[in-house]
Amino acid sequence: MNVGLYVWQRLTAAVMVPLVLLHVIVIFYATRKGLSAADILARTRGSLAWAAFYGVFVVAVAVHAAIGVRNVLAEWSPLKDRDAGILASAFGVLLFLLGARAVLAVVLP
Amino acid sequence: MTALAHRQSVLWIAALVHRLSGLALAIFLPLHFLTLGLAIEGETSLENLLRWSDQPLVKLAESGLVFLLLVHMLGGLRLLVIENLPWRNGQKELATIAAGLSAVIALILLARLF
Amino acid sequence: MSDSPPELTVSLWRGAQEGRYETYKVPLRENQTVLDVVTFVQRHLDPTLSYRFACRVGMCGSCAMTVNGRPRWTCRTHVATVADGGRLEIGPLANLPVIKDLAADLRPFFDKWQQAKGVFAPSQTREDDVARVRPDSAARIAADAAIECINCAICYAACDTVRWNSDYLGPAALNRAWALVNDERDAGNPERLRSVAASGGCHACHSHQSCQELCPQRLNPTASIAGLKRRTMWAYVKGEL
Repeated sequence: MNVGLYVWQRLTAAVMVPLVLLHVIVIFYATRKGLSAADILARTRGSLAWAAFYGVFVVAVAVHAAIGVRNVLAEWSPLKDRDAGILASAFGVLLFLLGARAVLAVVLP
Repeated sequence: MTALAHRQSVLWIAALVHRLSGLALAIFLPLHFLTLGLAIEGETSLENLLRWSDQPLVKLAESGLVFLLLVHMLGGLRLLVIENLPWRNGQKELATIAAGLSAVIALILLARLF
Repeated sequence: MSDSPPELTVSLWRGAQEGRYETYKVPLRENQTVLDVVTFVQRHLDPTLSYRFACRVGMCGSCAMTVNGRPRWTCRTHVATVADGGRLEIGPLANLPVIKDLAADLRPFFDKWQQAKGVFAPSQTREDDVARVRPDSAARIAADAAIECINCAICYAACDTVRWNSDYLGPAALNRAWALVNDERDAGNPERLRSVAASGGCHACHSHQSCQELCPQRLNPTASIAGLKRRTMWAYVKGEL
């Protein structure tokens, strides 16, 4: 872990604190109200606000999780730093692609 | 020659919980995104998923996830405080309180989901 | 019928990287330190035992060993406080190559000290006036809080990040770097900050705090490392690194 990775990891962590809290509240609200898939999608489809919220969330979590995984691999597995970085980057890209797909799935009109 | 003595420290355990919860979340997230992508196929697939997740066991797992999320976030806040604010003693007590708070909140949410 | 004198059962590491614990019986006395116990074994039971000490009074740090799982100064550790039911297990300091028995090779520890630029870089010559340093300035207070390290390597032996990450410079080296970063007479900061901001530097620290828990000098490398994280972060953001 060097200063660059550190800054990105701490930054994305700080960004995600309010996002996580909001997300948990939203999901809890949706579950309590017994919202169906149709109800949820009616609110998210075509919404710029939800797209922005979850879009930022997905980017932040992809970066944050990738760096975290990199550290764990470098310290707890026999992989060298460079290989840990490559594997972690691949994981980050996977998270971003899957996350972006999920966000598009619920916000595209 | 393995030494386990000082690994009973609350702060060491806090760091371990932080790391393990992060790993668990990293494993969960791709699955989470995959299932949400079902919405692409249309409302029925997503609706089926929502009904499936109404089962008590799934709700229990979801509370577990909320716990992991909260404990990981509070553990991260612990680090941000150590690294950016003036040094404070009494961190062991704070760390224990943070873990306890996560558990309590997750349990409350679990109770309200039933 | 008189009781036989009380005894300690002591397991000492014999060998190098490969080896085993061997058990000795040592008379238990009042006010006995772990160093006394090791010395007794070497003088009366097994002269082939190798161990290291110097001052015997808690000033030099040479006698640091692993005692019942924790790295400690053996001359400052009373048997009464650590003997688990009359048993002691003593080994060389962890995270370092073993030379023989209880003596560890401290060279990697000092190499990392150099790598962290834990060396004062003068900014003036003998022709200049003596530097006027205010002892109550924030920087000097920070430097003074970290300056008393005597390189005993207990923090290095206690640190799990050192164990997991062979590149990690370790708490002592980084603590000294922080002391120098705060020394207004020092001119080596650009290079020093670059060294501690690189892979294996201060950012590898996870704040387990085993170092500050076990430091016999009551230093706080975790706090010093947190200071380095802040300094390097700002330097990085401002493009100085």
